[in-house]
Amino acid sequence: MDPERFIPEIIFLVPGINPGCVRSGLQTNSKLMKNTPNQITETRPLAGDADQIDPNLENDGVDRRGFLKCMAWAGTGMLWTISGGVLASKILSPPNAAAADNPMGGFSFVQISDSHIGFNKPANTDVIGTLKQAIAKINALPAAPDFILHTGDLSHLSTPEEFDALDQLLKGVKAGRIFYVPGEHDVLNDNGKQYRDRFGKDSKGDGWYSFDHKGVHFIGLVNVMNLKPGGLGFLGHDQLEWLEDDVAPLSASTPIVVFAHVPLWTIYPDWGWGTDDSAQALSYFKRFGSVTVLNGHIHQVQQKIEGGVSFHTAMSTAFPQPQPGAAPSPGPMKVPAEKLRSVLGLTSVNYIQGAKALAVVDSTLAGA
Amino acid sequence: MMKIKTRTWSCLIALAAGLVLRPVGLMAGDSPAVTNEVKIDNFCFAPQTLTVPVGTTVTWVNKDDVPHTVTSDDQHFRSRALDTDDRFSFTFSTPGTNNYYCSVHPKMTGTVIVR
Repeated sequence: MDPERFIPEIIFLVPGINPGCVRSGLQTNSKLMKNTPNQITETRPLAGDADQIDPNLENDGVDRRGFLKCMAWAGTGMLWTISGGVLASKILSPPNAAAADNPMGGFSFVQISDSHIGFNKPANTDVIGTLKQAIAKINALPAAPDFILHTGDLSHLSTPEEFDALDQLLKGVKAGRIFYVPGEHDVLNDNGKQYRDRFGKDSKGDGWYSFDHKGVHFIGLVNVMNLKPGGLGFLGHDQLEWLEDDVAPLSASTPIVVFAHVPLWTIYPDWGWGTDDSAQALSYFKRFGSVTVLNGHIHQVQQKIEGGVSFHTAMSTAFPQPQPGAAPSPGPMKVPAEKLRSVLGLTSVNYIQGAKALAVVDSTLAGA
Repeated sequence: MMKIKTRTWSCLIALAAGLVLRPVGLMAGDSPAVTNEVKIDNFCFAPQTLTVPVGTTVTWVNKDDVPHTVTSDDQHFRSRALDTDDRFSFTFSTPGTNNYYCSVHPKMTGTVIVR
């Protein structure tokens, strides 16, 4: 029997602005979130206007209005703001209030990605400085995240000095543990040995692993090893076998979060933005009611919801890359100096006990 | 079957742009462009297909702002990660077709034909 699926739609209640609307249950090419300056801030109390809400009873019997009512009943107010073209939300009641009373309650964590320590070209000559800004932003959160996920390209050239520098910098984060998966820049020259020695101590194979946190099952995958000529990201047979066994004993109501460096869905194959054998991995998650995939690699936000799986890529803390096809190659993209912080950022993820979907929110290094 | 057309096309455009923008000072009668060098730039190997006589040493130079590698499909030659301005050379002593790629960005492919 299928678990009840509750896939909220992400709506933007700002008149005249439509950065994109991802509808649940439909295959969609996600609309790109463009980081253009935008000063509008809109507060929408949950009991407020419902003019722009379309009734949508597809899939789950709960429409948008009903969803908002549920959120209000659960005591969660959401303040939505748009700044720099990126939607940000603040939960008005602290998400960890419930966690204090209930060890199986909600929690939050932060994803950072693509710090590229060692990069020093014009797109950003101070990647250490921008990573420090990201860390300061994390440390300023109203509630400290339970942990950090780093989705790879910790370093730029896999050198011991770069790994050392990153390690030192992240000691300044006020969070629990930091979990990592490698990017292709972390496994140069030694098939990832240095990376695994430093950051993958409890991992298997090329560096994959899983862990549980307050009822949510987290899976770190490695898709940057043994890449085939002309290919995309690659998981490989051993890892897929391990993955199948890893999720087999879990009940379908266990929320799953998968994190890996290269996107696990096909965004732009010409630039290598996809994983050749991810379909098999995703097939193992079909029976689960809540699956969230967090990736990096492309240095910009892209999102998609398909078949109950939410896919999301994060910004880099080092430099932006062009949108698919907007430049001859996916290399570092130079922007005016005053704009750099608005195209770098991090991702906050909130899990509310009992909710099927995690709230994934990006924020740039610019602004509040 | 991977879609290679757009990738090849964008590499050709990058190569053509490079030729158009050659320094004005290079007149007819100057020595021709180095024929055993492959330039790596904009996530392309240029020229993507290089034909050389047996015994030639081919040198790859990375002019891109990210690291790349030169890795033969059958792994019989492979460079370390090449940062900007790093070089890798390999001497081709037997005839044949050598397909290679960048192991960091595997969509980047090239060929050295040795006659």
